Amino acid sequence: MSGLTLQNVTKEFGTFTAVKNVDLTVPHGTFVCLLGPSGCGKTTLMRMIAGLDLPTDGAIRLDGADITRVPTHKRDLGMVFQSLALFPHLTVGENIAYSLRIRGVGKEDQKKRVDELLSMIHLSGYADRPVAKLSGGQRQRVAIARALAISPKLFLLDEPLSALDAKLREAMQVELRQLQQRLGITTIVVTHDQREAMTMADTVVVMNSGEIRQAAAPVEIYRRPADTFVADFIGMTNLIDFSADSAGRATVLGTVVENLAVPAGLSRGVLSVRPEDVHLTAPGHGAIDAKVTFVRDLGGTIETFVEGGGKQIVAVSMPNARPDVSVGQDVGIKLSSDACVVLKS
Amino acid sequence: MRREAPQRLADYGPLLFPAGMLIVFFVIPFATMIAVSFFQRDPAGFYSTAFVFDNYARFLSLFFGKVLGFSLFLAVTVAICCVVIAVPFTYLLSRARRRTQVLWLVALLSVLSLSEVIIGFAWSTLFSRTAGITNLLVAIGLMSEPVALNPSFGAVLTAMVYQALPYTVLVLYPALVRLDPTLTEAARTLGASPVKSFFTVVVPALRNTIVATLIMVFIFALGSYLLPQILGRPQHWTLSVLITDQAIYQSNMPFAAAMAVFLVLVTLGLVGLTLIATRKGEAA
Repeated sequence: MSGLTLQNVTKEFGTFTAVKNVDLTVPHGTFVCLLGPSGCGKTTLMRMIAGLDLPTDGAIRLDGADITRVPTHKRDLGMVFQSLALFPHLTVGENIAYSLRIRGVGKEDQKKRVDELLSMIHLSGYADRPVAKLSGGQRQRVAIARALAISPKLFLLDEPLSALDAKLREAMQVELRQLQQRLGITTIVVTHDQREAMTMADTVVVMNSGEIRQAAAPVEIYRRPADTFVADFIGMTNLIDFSADSAGRATVLGTVVENLAVPAGLSRGVLSVRPEDVHLTAPGHGAIDAKVTFVRDLGGTIETFVEGGGKQIVAVSMPNARPDVSVGQDVGIKLSSDACVVLKS
Repeated sequence: MRREAPQRLADYGPLLFPAGMLIVFFVIPFATMIAVSFFQRDPAGFYSTAFVFDNYARFLSLFFGKVLGFSLFLAVTVAICCVVIAVPFTYLLSRARRRTQVLWLVALLSVLSLSEVIIGFAWSTLFSRTAGITNLLVAIGLMSEPVALNPSFGAVLTAMVYQALPYTVLVLYPALVRLDPTLTEAARTLGASPVKSFFTVVVPALRNTIVATLIMVFIFALGSYLLPQILGRPQHWTLSVLITDQAIYQSNMPFAAAMAVFLVLVTLGLVGLTLIATRKGEAA
């Protein structure tokens, strides 16, 4: 099949296992984000895809061909490094043309392709500048153009935007996604920034301690996290313990939640409830009893911290639905069953 | 760290001590030498004060021209050999494990502690017919009988490269350690084999360091006068050997001084040319 396939890929450094039995399929032309906390193995996984590290076990296939042992320079890929790794002794144009020069492309064709790429990254006329004279965002674009010069089969980016300030980063995320869609190139990005992953990816792969915890579309990752780690790592969430009786009726913080689909045989677990799904009402009437402990008004959203059954719960609301509560007030919490995700504890 | 440029005279205070040392131990002796180079030799004793160009005129002969030419050629060859060996070696060393790096650096430093005399006699033993390395080659059947490898140009070159190599590595090491390792990785992802990435990224990125190292080893090798005498034939003697000979054995201080001054001028000229050539290349 066309695209990238990882089979049972494992990487050990001595006794430390950085990546454990990873299986992943990246169909041709999709945009995948490897997301996870630092040290989760996402960069090691990318380095193995690039051929900079060899897997201890498992196989990597690109368009059906086994490339596990193929050296990096024969893989026809483009990679953007966290440090960008622009060649300091070359100009912008020479940096971009490097992969073409290495492949023996003629001078005229090199120049044509460089001009094409420079206009793609909105830096036409910068070919003769030394890279040291560019701003952070411009260097970023040059690194992207250099990686794309040969129209690679695979476009890899390792924390590409981490050196940019917040505003520029958001703009580059959108630009990168649009560029990828225009070129239809299979792209893998390593990031620890979940906003970045949600903005750009077709598929978000959440990793922790060397394993893939969930690989799905961004919205599904957010709405239907596979486990407590994913639920907690992606966005804000409330993780609340529950217990279920033999009939599958779930009790949360001493109150029964109706219509909650608890898998048969699960007697206790954790509910993940996004703060925007927590509704504050008047106490009583089957609501969970709670007391307001803090209100954080951020202007765009209002976070209300309440304590119920010894557990801190956050509710987020928009300014037009501002809850009329103050610190110390008794309130009730309503959980609707379709907003709760049942997870094993 | 960037600091303000000195504002007042007192700010230059810390420079006084090194400046004083430089004047007392370099500028004054060198000025004396320049002065002596214009003096006249007194066969009865030392020299007498004069202002003649005889010493320089005597130098402008085919014989001394040849010796000067050979000295420069030897120093350039040593510099190139050292850099050609040391750059890949130091590159690999800087990518090795920390422990390996420390061991190698300690070994190199211990070579630095050897005097030129010991290095010379050690190599003359190694190159000898009776106890030399050719005996090993005979033992493993590569040669039929041991031969003497010195005196020869190869012997002089080997020993001088051996002596200068630790300096070369130690000068290159900091620059190579600082070189971002992702540069070569980037080159590999862009399609360059490890060897190609070394020549298209590491070497050009270190161009200034490499030129500076070449100049340093060149000057270092130019001053060598013991190894050519121990391991070479008279035609392998450098100008430094002749200077020593004139100054100490022939008691001809003015001529020795003239040769030394000339050697310094030629060296400065070559270094200047190298720097200009490098700067031009950079602008292009």
